[in-house]
Amino acid sequence: MPIDWTALVIFVLLFALITVLGFLAGRWRKGDLDLIAEWGLAGSRFGTVVTWFLLGGDLYTAYTFIAVPALAFGAGAIAFFAVPYTIMVYPFVFVVFPRMWSVARNNGYITASDFVRGRYGSRWLALAVAITGIVATMPYIALQLVGIQVVIAGLGIEGVGWLADLPLIIAFVILAAFTYSSGLRAPAAIAIVKDTLIWITVIAAVVWIPIKLGGYGAIFAAVPQGKLLLPAAMANSAFPYSAYFTLALGSALALFLYPHAMTGVLSASSRGAVSRNAALLPAYSFLLALIALLGFMALAIGVDKAPEFAAFAKEYPRNFAVPALFISVFPSWFVGVAFAAVAIGALVPAAIMSIAAANLWTRNIYREFINPACTPAQEGQMAKVVSLVVKFGALVFIVFIPLQYAINLQLLGGVWIIQTLPAVIIGLYTRWFHEKALFIGWLVGIVAGTAMAAAQGFSPIYPLVIGGLSLPSYTAFTTLVLNFAVAIVLTPVFNALGGARGMDETQAHHYG
Amino acid sequence: MDNKGSRLWYLLLLVPFVAMAWVSSYNKAEPAWAGIPFFYWYQLLWIWIGSALTLVVYFATRRHHD
Repeated sequence: MPIDWTALVIFVLLFALITVLGFLAGRWRKGDLDLIAEWGLAGSRFGTVVTWFLLGGDLYTAYTFIAVPALAFGAGAIAFFAVPYTIMVYPFVFVVFPRMWSVARNNGYITASDFVRGRYGSRWLALAVAITGIVATMPYIALQLVGIQVVIAGLGIEGVGWLADLPLIIAFVILAAFTYSSGLRAPAAIAIVKDTLIWITVIAAVVWIPIKLGGYGAIFAAVPQGKLLLPAAMANSAFPYSAYFTLALGSALALFLYPHAMTGVLSASSRGAVSRNAALLPAYSFLLALIALLGFMALAIGVDKAPEFAAFAKEYPRNFAVPALFISVFPSWFVGVAFAAVAIGALVPAAIMSIAAANLWTRNIYREFINPACTPAQEGQMAKVVSLVVKFGALVFIVFIPLQYAINLQLLGGVWIIQTLPAVIIGLYTRWFHEKALFIGWLVGIVAGTAMAAAQGFSPIYPLVIGGLSLPSYTAFTTLVLNFAVAIVLTPVFNALGGARGMDETQAHHYG
Repeated sequence: MDNKGSRLWYLLLLVPFVAMAWVSSYNKAEPAWAGIPFFYWYQLLWIWIGSALTLVVYFATRRHHD
């Protein structure tokens, strides 16, 4: 494709705007950025509205904006599991996460691993939670880069050799610099711009494109019958319903265990801000559902048959769908706005993810195991440097390693992170589970989940069969059940074996 | 601290889980609305029902959140 100069200029201007904003953000609600709680949690100063923008910008990532409609475009109805996923996640957050916020505030916790350390008095269980968080986050950061890559290609920018990755490298250097200097305040400020651009883009798309194509009826009429609904159930099999529902439920349970989500929650200034956001964030769920429909609009307009997109489609199969749709229907200047929304949309979660991973490393590995005597200044400096290392790692990953690896690892990341649920979430309510039982449950879940996913060629669905009934389910969900079963069986065993339980430094009133 | 009565409000939050778990109830094209198959508009509708239920529980148990 030729370079679209109008779109490119708008894109670069918006990118420059958020760069300035990212650096200025360090002065916003000013705090001592040499301290990890200020740099990595913005001093927990964000009220309901900023938290809403921050979490929206954090959870609905650029990869989501590209990959969900791409899945609808390629596979049809199954992609809409994202809708029940977001319907179920917020009631869960509403009930559970105000407690997490309160106990964290009362004890100075900045990570889920901090909480597990304090609650169970087990540094090894806390280490398991920290490592899981870091490892699950890395490929997720890498995938944010894919969002940037796709829109840069959509602008018509091509290069050979290392030049091909130059725009990506520039974007990441900017990201790394403002995250280093401003901490969590940078993505929070940029999230407000990002979310506004995304809302404008999506509302324009869902109003303008149906007008152009003759209404929603015409769009759905253009979707092949096989993609319009889930396949019908078969005898002795819960497929596809069990797969659809467990994908949604497992994803919902996993989402807020990710370090970047935890960081967003803990940066809120009050417990009420967390509760209110659980009721207000579904606005983004609606947005996501509309974004998923963009995949069908791309089908209806026939981007897969348009010769001008043939090369684009070859390089980014499925993922090219939404950018190609925008190029087909929008004037150049608005293509620039829409593509900037996606690229900036990649920076916000990438920044928060790298901060969250840096917090985990610094608090729960460096300070716990390597340098317990570190000063607050050393702690803050370590977190800043690690956030750079994490992002550089993600960049190297995307530039040198086939994309499919990042996608597979991100899928595994979901299977891994959900294994921290018994320790982190159940821990908010009871200490009935023995910390050693939780650790072994976690280990069994990780090993079984990895083996199951690998055996299925990294498809998220495992063909479970129980008593002659076929129950194909999301591997993360199945292995979470296994994890719980192990922890439930082993808790009485460890209690019977005796030995002191770890000390609980939290008290009932800390949970609010 | 809240009493038993206000805790019961939280049960409302189970409703979206039950509705979404019953996939066979919405995996169909009819009744379509403005050309949008049931499968799609029904799930979109539940986003708002889920949000409304959460708001109801929030206001009913408000003392517990601030």
